[in-house]
Amino acid sequence: MRAFIVGCGRVGAGLAEHLAQSGHEVTIIDTNSEAFNRLGADFPGRAIRGDGTDDDQLGRAGLEGADAFFALTEGDNRNILAAQLAAETFKVPKVVAKINDPVRAEAYAALGIATLCRTRLLVDALAVYLGLPADPGARGVSPATGPHHGVEPERQGRATVASGAEA
Amino acid sequence: MYVIVVGGGKVGYYLTRELLAAGHELVLMEKDGRRARQISDEIGSIVLQRDGCEGKHLAEAGANRAAIVAAVTGDDEDNLVVCQMAKHHFDVPRTIARVNNPRNETLFRHLGVDEIISPTRMALAAIEQDIPVHELLHLAQLQGGELELLEAQIAEGSPAVGRHPSEIDLPEGCSLFVLIRGDSAQPVRPETIFQVGDKVLAISRTDCEVELHRQLIGTTPSEAAG
Repeated sequence: MRAFIVGCGRVGAGLAEHLAQSGHEVTIIDTNSEAFNRLGADFPGRAIRGDGTDDDQLGRAGLEGADAFFALTEGDNRNILAAQLAAETFKVPKVVAKINDPVRAEAYAALGIATLCRTRLLVDALAVYLGLPADPGARGVSPATGPHHGVEPERQGRATVASGAEA
Repeated sequence: MYVIVVGGGKVGYYLTRELLAAGHELVLMEKDGRRARQISDEIGSIVLQRDGCEGKHLAEAGANRAAIVAAVTGDDEDNLVVCQMAKHHFDVPRTIARVNNPRNETLFRHLGVDEIISPTRMALAAIEQDIPVHELLHLAQLQGGELELLEAQIAEGSPAVGRHPSEIDLPEGCSLFVLIRGDSAQPVRPETIFQVGDKVLAISRTDCEVELHRQLIGTTPSEAAG
């Protein structure tokens, strides 16, 4: 798998190491090159200083044709913009955005972006630890529940019909 | 009409004042406390000191009954999120985003933002109008700088259009020698007739450049600027 990670914080660096150790091709992008110190000295992937919300820079980093994209910076909105660029402009099939605001996380899952909400995740973990009922929706990545906004459901349907006819 | 403006920078501030003057009902959301107080001191208690990107706060501001949400902060990603939340979470009929990086315009439209305001593009357009676009291009200096190799693009409005080289009144020490038309280069011949889109290579004494500009391009740089 060819994976792109935007944001080399603890989560981004950790995921990059994990994926690379499992033999995947990893590119990690951060605006601050000092963030790359979080990666091990033997990190086999590519670490690129750049802005993950800039389509030009994503293109130059080779995002076209990637299999997965993870937006893991500390800014919810930066992650939202980066994830939508990856999904809409670069057509990356698997896109996840870390969105810590639960309202925004839910709204963007409905808009076609799989989301990971740290707030809900931690609240749920602590609640379960204290013996309170679990929030099943808080576990793991919330999959996209709607289509990407740029593609209307109706148009999506037509596209499927058209490609079926060609085949 | 109820309008929510997000972002109390200069754009948000002046937009708010104009909209109030036009009689609209309005709330300005500005997350920075000091800036929010400053604005409410000046134009009254229409400022909500909240982050307009947060769904909860948009709800508090009454986004579900707003006719327009205008996101005019200095951060494109914030403006996008405000508009998308307004549109898809609160069914706001019209969303307007300020886009600072012109490259984001297409994406924002594609993602459903109804109107894009691009101050960068507007400023560029205004500045470009003041700068003559068609200039003599300096390709090389020859003879220690006394002579120059120049390229002139013959555009609409050039006095050279439709003329033979002999009909162009060039100063001494100036000669046109190569014509580039389409993909091919050819010598400038007596029977050549200049057309819009031609490029002409010229060798000129440095002090003849203004006259060359006048004959091939039209105005001189100083006339255009004036």
